[in-house]
Amino acid sequence: MSDHHNHEQAHVVEYGKYIFVWISLLAFTGITVSVAGINFGNWTIVIALLIASVKSWYVLNYFMHLKYEDVVFKVFIFVALLTLGIFIALTFIDYSFVR
Amino acid sequence: MANVAMPADKIEPSFFEVSTNKHKGILSWLLTVDHKRIGLLYLYTMMTFFAIAVFFGFLIRLELLTPGKTIVGAQTYNQLFTLHGIIMIFLFIIPGLPAVFGNFFLPIMIGAKDVIFPRLNLLSWYLFISGGIIAAVSIFLPGGPADTGWMFYIPYSVRTNTNVFPALIAAFLLGFSSILTGLNFITTIHRMRAPGMTWFKMPLFTWSLYATGWVQILATPIIGITLVLVMVERFFGVGIFDPALGGDPVLYQHLFWIYSHPAVYIMILPAMGVVSEIIPVFARRTIFGYKFIAFSSLAIALFGSLVWAHHMFTAGMSDTAQFVFSFLTFAVSIPSAIKVFNWVSTMYKGSIQPDPPFLYVLSFIFQFAIGGFTGLMLGALSVNIHLTDTSFVVAHFHYVMFGGTGFGIFAAMHYWFPKMYGRMYNMKVATWAWAIVTIGYNTLYFPMFIMGYLGMPRRYYDYLPQFQVYHVISTVGSWILIAGLIMMFTNLVIGMRRGSLAPKNPWGGVTLEWQTQSPPIMENFHTIPEINKGPYDYSEYEVVIAKEAK
Amino acid sequence: MSSSTQAHVVHRDDYGSRMGMWLFLFTELLLFGGLFIIYAVYRFVHQQEFHMAAQELNTTIGMVNTIILLTSSMTAAMSITAMQKGNTRFSMALIIVTILFAFAFMVNKYFEWSAKIHHGIFPGGKELLAKPEGEILYFGLYYVMTGLHALHVIVGVTIFLFILAFIRTGTIHQHAYVKLENAALYWHLVDLIWIFLFPLFYLIH
Repeated sequence: MSDHHNHEQAHVVEYGKYIFVWISLLAFTGITVSVAGINFGNWTIVIALLIASVKSWYVLNYFMHLKYEDVVFKVFIFVALLTLGIFIALTFIDYSFVR
Repeated sequence: MANVAMPADKIEPSFFEVSTNKHKGILSWLLTVDHKRIGLLYLYTMMTFFAIAVFFGFLIRLELLTPGKTIVGAQTYNQLFTLHGIIMIFLFIIPGLPAVFGNFFLPIMIGAKDVIFPRLNLLSWYLFISGGIIAAVSIFLPGGPADTGWMFYIPYSVRTNTNVFPALIAAFLLGFSSILTGLNFITTIHRMRAPGMTWFKMPLFTWSLYATGWVQILATPIIGITLVLVMVERFFGVGIFDPALGGDPVLYQHLFWIYSHPAVYIMILPAMGVVSEIIPVFARRTIFGYKFIAFSSLAIALFGSLVWAHHMFTAGMSDTAQFVFSFLTFAVSIPSAIKVFNWVSTMYKGSIQPDPPFLYVLSFIFQFAIGGFTGLMLGALSVNIHLTDTSFVVAHFHYVMFGGTGFGIFAAMHYWFPKMYGRMYNMKVATWAWAIVTIGYNTLYFPMFIMGYLGMPRRYYDYLPQFQVYHVISTVGSWILIAGLIMMFTNLVIGMRRGSLAPKNPWGGVTLEWQTQSPPIMENFHTIPEINKGPYDYSEYEVVIAKEAK
Repeated sequence: MSSSTQAHVVHRDDYGSRMGMWLFLFTELLLFGGLFIIYAVYRFVHQQEFHMAAQELNTTIGMVNTIILLTSSMTAAMSITAMQKGNTRFSMALIIVTILFAFAFMVNKYFEWSAKIHHGIFPGGKELLAKPEGEILYFGLYYVMTGLHALHVIVGVTIFLFILAFIRTGTIHQHAYVKLENAALYWHLVDLIWIFLFPLFYLIH
């Protein structure tokens, strides 16, 4: 492996971008807290998880640099999340139906 | 045994003589970061644990020779099969091929000088050995070893006064070891392949290690947290699974099997990889359907994560879950079957050399097929109700885990031995040992199918008289098997020390490890090779074949 | 047998190092994932009781802790930018701020837990055992999940302390900082887990 791999991740994310992401995260936190007071019935958890997912998307892509990484990393994350999703979904096949 | 003077291709000091650190003697091994030495550290410690677990199996079979108490009481019997299971599964079969042969050969097969994280590799071994020692120590602590079965099912694992806690810690450490190995291998395969070695020029053993690595990384943490929860329940009464506190013991089973089913694919995928390596060499033909085999490894890893609840058909799940998991269980057999077809097709019109590695592969195919078919039988819901928790299940999983992976390990040992040690074992003795092991193995386990079908429960040390004839046959089989194993291992150990010198490529293989000297030099290669053809291409390669006269 | 050593030539591979770190993060994701599976099942089965139990938690502290972690994530990410620009001292300052935020988080957690324990709401506690099953399960999960998370906060702080030491000794510098990147990745994961824990435990109304 030649050394030029060491300098490839030279992409610098400016401070301003981080601050902008941070403000967005605070905003979404505010939204999720205020929305929690409203009764959406069964949709409450879906909305809460949706907002949490949006926040995660920001943290993953900007704070964790995923947006600037090779596509391989994005495939990896997809595989990991898919696996967890499958575990949850298949477990629910047991609990969602009459036992 | 013929003492034919072999041309020795070894011209430089090997990794045995050259260390990665400045220490001497045992310390140079205990602090090594050489993947080859780490592989051997695993091999020797693992075989010790294997011997101990075989001994427990021997005692189990001795107890089952007669109904009622034969040599031990009921609780001791429970502890015996618990330990047999824990040691075999967590200390032998799961680490098995990846830790020994993956470590030793993965870097060489892709043309690298080591894995990408050598110190992490050593840490993996220390985690392994710590887990093993803790498990061994638990045998002697007051209260005795755990008697819960290797599955630690709640609520008994929370109530029993035996030493469950050390067993849980041991399993946790071993899981962590497995995770780090998988992480190391995946990253190594992505980053350290030699120039020209594209993904589809990699050997199939490497593909199997890649698929296995993903299962190790994604599934093992689930058992990690589950075991921690059992510890937490024992110590703090948290009660997440305790029915007395509203918990659901079936949920424990879900979490347990979410890992433990994929774990069996951690066990079998590398063994299938070994088979895919050996058949082309000993049939002198390129593998049939390389891409199918490579992708089927990934498919097995993926689909294998979807079927876990087939261990729970009688636990009390919803009918819908039963249907879904039964269906998925049938689906996962397809990629495995594809592999078997491809292996057999490779042999067709090949020029077979029935040397010990190939013989073990033949046993593997026969036994794995039986294990697979009986797995399908168990996957059928109506049949499962009668066969679950009987000896039938015990026979099924031993056929895939032992008859499959175990024999895969034996095949790998006989195949790569000359490369690892630069010496050859006695092939005639090895062939006899193979025959005795195969006969002993099938005599031991096949009767369990029959008696299980007739109703003999698993984990019972007492039984009705009508089952005794099967138990006697099975126990005698265990003696034959053990005799064969002793013969096999003795032959290998003698070969290590006094076998005739082996050349670079005694079998005529075309993958990269056969182009290095036997044993390899510390950095594997002086210059990283350039790859321009596939891993099983026999067209231009001139082979130097030297073997002992039979 | 004589041993001689040979120079073990190692090429630095930052990409590979980050890849290994991401793979490790997946194991953490699945570790907590197991707990999330349990949470999901029990919440589904005991919806009312989860709702009741959640009333006992202080949403304000939860929100403050969320803000603390989000901010500490920002400072951790910024410390990489600083290092890339060669502002080593600013980078260290940002890491120290991150650590301070982590301490603040732990202080809050300490007060939260002690308040609960003082009221007998802890595993095996009298008040807790008197509650309905669903609430017992809720608090069992609460302690295990926030406890495991807190353990990871402590580990994260420890890692950052090592990073500070590495920067002092020059092991990490403007042209070799993958260890810092990996430490920050770990910290962001700690943040991510809390992003989900917060609504699931504090915001069930």
